[in-house]
Amino acid sequence: MAPDAIVLSDATTADGYLLVLAIIFPVIGILLTLAFGGRYVERIALVLLLAGLVVAIAIFAAVLRDDQSLVYIVGNWKPPLGIALRADGVSAAMMLTIAVIICAIGLYARGEFGQSQATVPTRASYAFWVLLLAIWSGLNAMAVGADLFNLYVALELLTFAAVPLVCLKGYEETIKAALRYMLFALLGSVLYLLGIALIYGAYGTLDIALLSDRVRPEPIAWIAAALMTAGLLAKTALFPLHLWLPPAHAGAPPPGSAVLSALVVKGSFILIVRLWFDAMPGLLSFAAAQLLAALGAGAILFGSVLALRQARLKLLIAYSTIAQIGYLFFIFPLASGDSASTPWSSIAWTGGWLQLFSHAFAKAAMFMAAGLIAEAVGHDQIADLRGIGRALPVTIFAFGLAGLSLMGVPPSGGFVAKWMLLSATVMEGQWWWAVVMLVGGLLAGGYVFMVLGKALSSTTPPVLRVSIPRHSEVLVLAVALCAVLLGLVPLQPSEFLTIGRPDIHTTALQ
Amino acid sequence: MTSGVLLGYCGAVLVGLGLFGLVTNPEILRKILAFNVLGNGVFLLFGVIARRGAAAGLGADPVPQALVITGIVVAFSATAMAVGLLVRLNKVSGQTIMTSDDPTNSGK
Repeated sequence: MAPDAIVLSDATTADGYLLVLAIIFPVIGILLTLAFGGRYVERIALVLLLAGLVVAIAIFAAVLRDDQSLVYIVGNWKPPLGIALRADGVSAAMMLTIAVIICAIGLYARGEFGQSQATVPTRASYAFWVLLLAIWSGLNAMAVGADLFNLYVALELLTFAAVPLVCLKGYEETIKAALRYMLFALLGSVLYLLGIALIYGAYGTLDIALLSDRVRPEPIAWIAAALMTAGLLAKTALFPLHLWLPPAHAGAPPPGSAVLSALVVKGSFILIVRLWFDAMPGLLSFAAAQLLAALGAGAILFGSVLALRQARLKLLIAYSTIAQIGYLFFIFPLASGDSASTPWSSIAWTGGWLQLFSHAFAKAAMFMAAGLIAEAVGHDQIADLRGIGRALPVTIFAFGLAGLSLMGVPPSGGFVAKWMLLSATVMEGQWWWAVVMLVGGLLAGGYVFMVLGKALSSTTPPVLRVSIPRHSEVLVLAVALCAVLLGLVPLQPSEFLTIGRPDIHTTALQ
Repeated sequence: MTSGVLLGYCGAVLVGLGLFGLVTNPEILRKILAFNVLGNGVFLLFGVIARRGAAAGLGADPVPQALVITGIVVAFSATAMAVGLLVRLNKVSGQTIMTSDDPTNSGK
């Protein structure tokens, strides 16, 4: 196991303080709004969004320049006694994606939760800005955590910020959706905590790098990992633990739906990957990996078919999220276990992460577009969207671009991601997943065209309730374009995403 | 049977009871209470692990105890938030039960 182990996080690197800034900037924003009252909440939030974006770019640049992970040892207490923060290539790319999307959502939300002058905001808009900052802090903490318990705390921060976002409107069904989400999340977190107890009892550490050296393939490790994975799957909303997602994501206000669907469900996914690839390398058996991928395949088919049957646009997009999450789980059979020794594993690794990033951009753009449509016509019944393409051409164009990425049509980030995963399935002889991916792509095409077909079907535009400001439409288009631009990355394993990874992924192609 | 093993079994029973309650009870308040029973089982397990991992001369390994304190804070806030949501739901609609209606058709 030793040569595969992650470089031990034993010293703070030069730019390590950036990781702390990434976590505390949003928290500073929350404290400032408490200190200054609600009057300046939007301005404070926007300033800190910008600051956070700068930090995320700086982290990305530092990892790219040094070609190694950034590490920060909190309080200079080394693991196992202390806690380390670590940003490898994946974390840096993740944090940059998070920062760009959160900033876009922040700008977009000014329409719904903005303040025209320094007045006391409504409770919902005050809560929105504070929750947005809290979610960002939690996500960044998830991305850089190098200690399983620290990651648990980050996961809870994320959940506690995400649940209230669901019921900002305060309607009966949104409160119900929030409670359902909360109960799933509570079950997930307590199972994860139980796994932590077993791991600490067996190996005496929770630091991921130290664990990767100590963990042996034995029942206690399997049980702990199974409990933690089950808990995290509930939070990631993988089929069949997805029941809470559609009402929660469809019931939140549009900027909230965008952040929940694009980013929050990915937080717990990162943790599953960290668990199996970093903390317990080599422990994922063929059968377990196939099981995870089978659940992913179930999610793709089930989510896509249900998306086709929805009458409401936001519910359609929410079911599409369930389907797209399924693709992420193909990373387990394709990039681990016996497959890890083949060159195709690094392709699957890159493909899996690209799927995560491109889905984040595409889904944020879709929910934002759906928000504009709902604002313009006052409802989101797909059947009544006839001719909306003439009234809101830029928004529908953005929706279509995001749809390309979900279907996996070139040129788009989703195409590159799915192509890489598809090549890996075929080259590794696991063709059965390729079949599911192709069917999933067709079904995604079905539900995207269902909306576009209605939107473009009539030449007489519907009467708009309110006119949509042009800059909001352009913002949505910009986010959708990010998903398309990801398609321009070279169609090969990314060196960047293997920075700070065990050697196996970097050397596999030689 | 040492006290550690006995407490370990107690923890396991609490986890089992809590899990059963959380999954089978339709009433939300009972689900929240079941979550707390489940959580306490896990905390008890941390206590057992702290005792077992004690170095010579120490009463217990302090790390799991620190983890438990954090876990209790998290469980407390989670319970408070869930109860808060339940109270709000009850005010808005008078319901206290998690109906298993098909989420597909709600809100139409």
